[in-house]
Amino acid sequence: MTPPTHWDFPVELCCRPMAFVTLTGLDVVYNAVHRAVWDAFCANRRADRVPISFKVLPGDHEYPKCRTKRTSYEWYIPKGILKTGWMNKHLNLVPALVVVFYELDWDEPQWKEKQLECATRVEIVRQSLQGRNTKVAVVLIQKKTPLPPGEDVIASERAAALCNACDLSGKSLFVLPHTDHLVGYIIRLENAFYEHAQTYYYTEIRRVKSHKEFLNKTTHQLLFVRHQFKIAFFSELKQDTQNALKNYRTAYNLVHELRAHETNILEIKTMAGFINYKICRLCFQHNTPLDAIAQFRKHIDLCKKKIGSAELAFEHAAWMSKQFQAFGDLFDEAIKLGLTAIQTQNPGFYYQQAAYYAQERKQLASMLCNHDSSVTYPSPDPLETPTGVLDFYGQRPWRQGILSFDLSDPEKEKMGILSLQLKEKNVLHSELIITLLSNAVAQFKKYKCPRMKSHLMVQMGEEYYYAKDYAKALKLLDYVMCEYRSEGWWTLLTSILTTALKCSYLMAQLKDYITYSLELLGRASTLKEDQKSRIEKNLIKVLMNESPDPEPDCDTAAVKASQKLWADRVSLAGSNIFTIEVQDFIPFVQCKAKFLAPSFHVDVPVQFDVYLRADCPHPIRFSKLCISFNNQDYNQYCVVEEAYQKSDILEQSSQGTMCLVPGKTRKFSFKFVAKTEDVGKKIEITSVDLILGSESGRLIARKVPNISVQLRHEPPALTNEMYCLIVTVESHEETVAKDVKLTAGLKPGQDANLTQKTQVTLHGTDACDDSFPALLPDIPVGDLQPGEKLEKPIYIRCGTVGARMFLFYISYLINTVVEGKEILCRCHRDETVTIDTVFPFDVAVKFVSTKLEHLDRVFADIPFLLMTDILSASPWPITIVTSQLQLSASMTPVDQLESYVGNVVLQTGESASECFCLRCPPVTNASGVATGCYVISWKRSSPVESVPVVNTIITLPHVIVESIPLHVNADLPSFGRVRESLPVRYHLQNKTNLVQDVEVSVEPSDAFMFSGLKQIRLRILPGMQQEMLYNFYPLMAGYQQLPSLHVNLMRFPNFTNQLLRRFIPTNIFVKVRL
Amino acid sequence: MAVCIAVIAKENYPLYIRSVPTENELKFHYTVHTSLDVVDEKISAMGKALVDQRELYLGLLYPTEDYKVYGYVTNSKVKFVMVVDSSNTALRDNEIRSMFRKLHNSYTDIMCNPFYNPGDRIHSRAFDTMVNSMMMQVC
Repeated sequence: MTPPTHWDFPVELCCRPMAFVTLTGLDVVYNAVHRAVWDAFCANRRADRVPISFKVLPGDHEYPKCRTKRTSYEWYIPKGILKTGWMNKHLNLVPALVVVFYELDWDEPQWKEKQLECATRVEIVRQSLQGRNTKVAVVLIQKKTPLPPGEDVIASERAAALCNACDLSGKSLFVLPHTDHLVGYIIRLENAFYEHAQTYYYTEIRRVKSHKEFLNKTTHQLLFVRHQFKIAFFSELKQDTQNALKNYRTAYNLVHELRAHETNILEIKTMAGFINYKICRLCFQHNTPLDAIAQFRKHIDLCKKKIGSAELAFEHAAWMSKQFQAFGDLFDEAIKLGLTAIQTQNPGFYYQQAAYYAQERKQLASMLCNHDSSVTYPSPDPLETPTGVLDFYGQRPWRQGILSFDLSDPEKEKMGILSLQLKEKNVLHSELIITLLSNAVAQFKKYKCPRMKSHLMVQMGEEYYYAKDYAKALKLLDYVMCEYRSEGWWTLLTSILTTALKCSYLMAQLKDYITYSLELLGRASTLKEDQKSRIEKNLIKVLMNESPDPEPDCDTAAVKASQKLWADRVSLAGSNIFTIEVQDFIPFVQCKAKFLAPSFHVDVPVQFDVYLRADCPHPIRFSKLCISFNNQDYNQYCVVEEAYQKSDILEQSSQGTMCLVPGKTRKFSFKFVAKTEDVGKKIEITSVDLILGSESGRLIARKVPNISVQLRHEPPALTNEMYCLIVTVESHEETVAKDVKLTAGLKPGQDANLTQKTQVTLHGTDACDDSFPALLPDIPVGDLQPGEKLEKPIYIRCGTVGARMFLFYISYLINTVVEGKEILCRCHRDETVTIDTVFPFDVAVKFVSTKLEHLDRVFADIPFLLMTDILSASPWPITIVTSQLQLSASMTPVDQLESYVGNVVLQTGESASECFCLRCPPVTNASGVATGCYVISWKRSSPVESVPVVNTIITLPHVIVESIPLHVNADLPSFGRVRESLPVRYHLQNKTNLVQDVEVSVEPSDAFMFSGLKQIRLRILPGMQQEMLYNFYPLMAGYQQLPSLHVNLMRFPNFTNQLLRRFIPTNIFVKVRL
Repeated sequence: MAVCIAVIAKENYPLYIRSVPTENELKFHYTVHTSLDVVDEKISAMGKALVDQRELYLGLLYPTEDYKVYGYVTNSKVKFVMVVDSSNTALRDNEIRSMFRKLHNSYTDIMCNPFYNPGDRIHSRAFDTMVNSMMMQVC
C-alpha cells in the first residue's frame, strides 16, 4: 500500500536543486572515447566541482513542449497553486543547456560536409527546444592538441565559419582535445557550462517576474504564490541561495494571505509545508539555525489551528507530525555537517513532538475511522485520477482544479472522505510512533537528558503494549523502571508497573506477574485501595494455582488468548517455586530482625526477634517463615510453619500465628543455643524468607560486632601525595585478641586502572613508586588486650583523581573458655571508606616580554620571561617546599634559575607566582620549541614532620620562536636627574647574514635636550653590532618620555617601530636635582 | 497562572506536586521529572561559580509545544519547578521570579515547623493555600 502523498514531501522538494545540462551526440555504449568523456563528467563529483546534474540524451530527444506564451492574463483563472510536475520538469526534463558533441578536427579534409552535418545537429536540437530559452553549445572532440590561440589561422577561421553556420556565439563553441589531460579539460568545460546555465536560470527568473505586472489581486492570488515559488526555485537552481531564501520567505507570506476555506485548506497547508521546508533547509545551509527554528515556530503557530475538515482531522495530525519530523531530520542533518546543538534545543524535541502528533493521529483515526466492517470501499475509487497523479499539490483527487468554496457534489465528497478514512484504518500507527520515539531517544541520549530518555522509553513501551507486542513492551518498561524507583517517583513508577502488570498478565508470565503485584501492593505504590485489593486477590489466586482475573482495560481478544495461557500453566501445576529478591524494591511486607543483645555467652540461649508488617489491604497468610544464618546449622531452629489450608485463606477473623493483618506489626521471637565451636564468632542473619504459597520474601539483617574499627583521615586525598589514614582498632573482647592482622588497601573489584594508580604502604616517610601494591594483605599487628586501642597509620598514594573505595579488614584469633574447654577461633571485621582524590593545585604558565607584555611568540636570542602561577585547589593548606625549572636543550637561562616560592604555605584559593628570564637561540622549527618542565616539590602542611615531599612535574607549553632581523637594546641608567647629563647607549645588532642598511633617527622630546646623531644611515655587517651613543639632558622631573628612537630597515619593511618598542624603554623617571 | 507546581528534594524525589485538576496529572509528573535533566545540567554548570553569588532562579528550563517549564533551586538544592501554559504570554520573567520567591518563603515556613521532618512529603494547609493562589489565577 502506498501511503497518501499529501503530507509526504516529494523527493524533488527535498533534494538540492542543481543546474540541469544534457549532453547529446555522445555514444557512451559503443564509443570508448565518448565513454571516457562521460565518465570524466560523472565520476568524482566532489563538493569542489560545480553543481550540475548531467544527463546523456540522443540528439533528437523530444523535450517537454513549451506552452504558447500567454499574452494576457485577463481571462485566465488558475486552478491551483503549484503543478505536481513542475519541480521535476525543471530538475530533470528541461535543461538549462544542451551540449552537442561532435567529432571534428580543424584540419578535417571534408570540412564543408562536416560543418553542414554539425549545423544540422544543432538545428535539430533547437527544433525540439522550440520556444524555450535553453542555451545550446557545441563541443568539438578533437584528436590533436590545439595550438595556442591565435597561432592557428585555419582554426580561428574555421571556428568563425562554424559558429556562423550553427548560429552560435563564439562563447558557445568549445574544443575538447582527447589527450592525457581529459579531466582537466572537462572541469574547464563544465565551468563554462555552469556559466551558461546560470544565465539561463537568470533569464527564467526575469521571465517569471515579467508576468507579475499582468496579475491582479482578486483572481490571481494563487499565481502570486506560484510565481514567487518559481522564482525562488530557479534561484536555487542558479545556486543563488540568498535570493532563493528571500523569495521563499515572500512566497510563504503570500500563501498565508490566500483565502482559506475547508475545501482548499489542504492545498494551502501542503504548499506552506513545502515552502517552510525549503526555508528551514536554506537557513541551516546558511548556518543560521536560529532563523530556521524561528521560521519553523512561526510556521507551526500559523498552521496549528488550520485543521480543515473535522472528519479528516487525522490528516492534520499526520501533517503536523510530518512537519516536526522533517524539521528534526533537517536539524540532525545540519548537526552531522558541524552544527552544535544543546540540551534544550536539539532534534530530539522535534521527533518527540512528531511522535506526539502521530499519537494524536492514531487517536483521531480510531475515533473517526471505526466504520463497521460492512462498509466497503467506494467504487469507483474517488482517489483515482485519470492520469494516476494529482495535477496540483494538495488538492482532492475527486475535485481537482475546482476553486469554488461550495461543494458541487456532496455525495462525491462523502465518498472521498470515506475512502480516505478507510485507507487511514490500515495505517500501522504504532510503528510510526515507535520509530519517531526511538529517533527522539537517540537524540536525548546524545544531549544528556536521561530522564527525558526514560520518559520516551516508557512511551515506547506503552506503544508496544498497544501494538500488542507485550514482550518488547515489558523489556522496555522493566529497563526504565529502576530509574524511577531509585529516584523515588512513586506515581510514575506505579503507572509503569500497572502497564507492566498488564503485559505480564497477557503473556501469563508468572514470575513477573508476582513481582509486579508485590511491588504494587507495597507502601510506595500510589494505587487506590480497591485496586490494591483486586491485585492482592489475584495474587492469592495465583499462589493457589488458579488463574487470576484479567487486568482492567485490556484488549478483549488478548485477554481471551491469555486466559488460555493461564489455564495451561495452572494445569502444569507443581514446581512453581520462585525466589524473588526484594532488596531492590519496596515489597508489601516490611521486615526487621534484631538480636536482643550485642553478644551472648555460650551458656545463654541466643535470642532474637523478627518483626513483620503487611501493607496490603487484606490480611495475608503465609505458610512458612524461616531465618537463615551464616552458620546453616541454626536454620532448623528458626522456622515457623503451619499446615496450609486453602479454605480459610481470606478469613478476616483468622488471627492465627501465620496471618499478617494489615497495619499491625507482628513479632516472632526465636531462641536457640549456640554451638561451642561458634564461640567468639559472629552469628549473622543472612536472610529472612517468607513463603507465601510458593512465594518468598528475603531480607538481610545485620551482624553483631565485637571489635570496632575506626578510620581517621583528612579527605580528600591530593594527587600523588602520601595520604595518611590512621586505623584505630579497639577490642571489645573479653580476652586477649591474638594474631591480629590487618588487610588494608584498595577494595578489589573496582576499575582495573585504579589498581595501577594506587599504592599502599606502611612507611610514610618516603614516597613510594609504582611497584608498590594497591592492597596490603595480612599485616601483623600483634596482640590486643581487652579494651585496648591500637592505631596504625597507613599511607596511600593515588596517582589519578577520582573516587576510590578502600577496604580495612581486621582478623584475629581469640581464646575463649567455655565450660572448661578452651576454644580458639578466628574472627573478622571489615570497614570500607570512599576517598576522593583531587588535584592539589592548578599551574598556569605564560610567556611575557622583559617589559611584562604578553607574548604569543618569542624572538630568537631576545630574553623573555616565563611566569608560573601555582593556584592551590586543595581544601587543606599545602606547603611548596621548592620549585625547579628544568629547561630543555633549546632554552638557555639568562640568569640563575633559583626558586622564589620555597617554603611558601598556600591556603585554599591562594596562589604563588614566580618568573624566570630565559632566552631561546634561533631555530628552524616553525611549529614551536619545547620549553622544558617545571617541577614543584610540595607537601600537605601538617604538624607531622615526616610527611614526604611530592614532586609534581608539569610539562611547559611549546612556544613559537621567531627570528628578527635586528635586535636593539639600550644601556641606560635606571633614572635620570634634572639637568644632569644622561648617557644612553643603543646597541643595534644585525641578526641576519645579510648586510643591512639601517636608517636611524631620533625624534626630540619636550622633556629632553640631547646630543648625538639625530638622523643617520648606516650599514651593519652580518652578525655585527653597531653602537649609538647619545647624551640626553633631562629638562623636567617626573616620568618622562624619552626621545624616541626610530629604526628603518631597507630590507625588512615590516620591521616596525611597534616591534622595536618591545625591546627598548620608552620612558624614564627623572628625579629633581638635589 | 501556573498549571503545575512541584517541590523536588535534593535527591530528586518529589516532595510536593500539584497540578490543575482538569488535566492529566501523570503528564505533569513526567514533565516535571524530565525537566530535572535541565535543572541538573544548570546546577552542575553553576557549581563552578561561588556559592553565595549564585542566582537561585534558573529561568526557563525548556519550552514544550503547550507549556513552559521554569525552575528555581534553593541553596540546599531543593528544586521548585513551575509549569505554565504557553499561551499565557502575560506572565513575564519578573512575575515568575516573584512567584518562586513566594514559594520559597512558604517552603521556609514549612521547614521552620518543628513537626516537619526535612525530606518528608509536604502536607501543609498553608502551603496548599499558597500554591492554590498561584494556580487559581488562571480562571
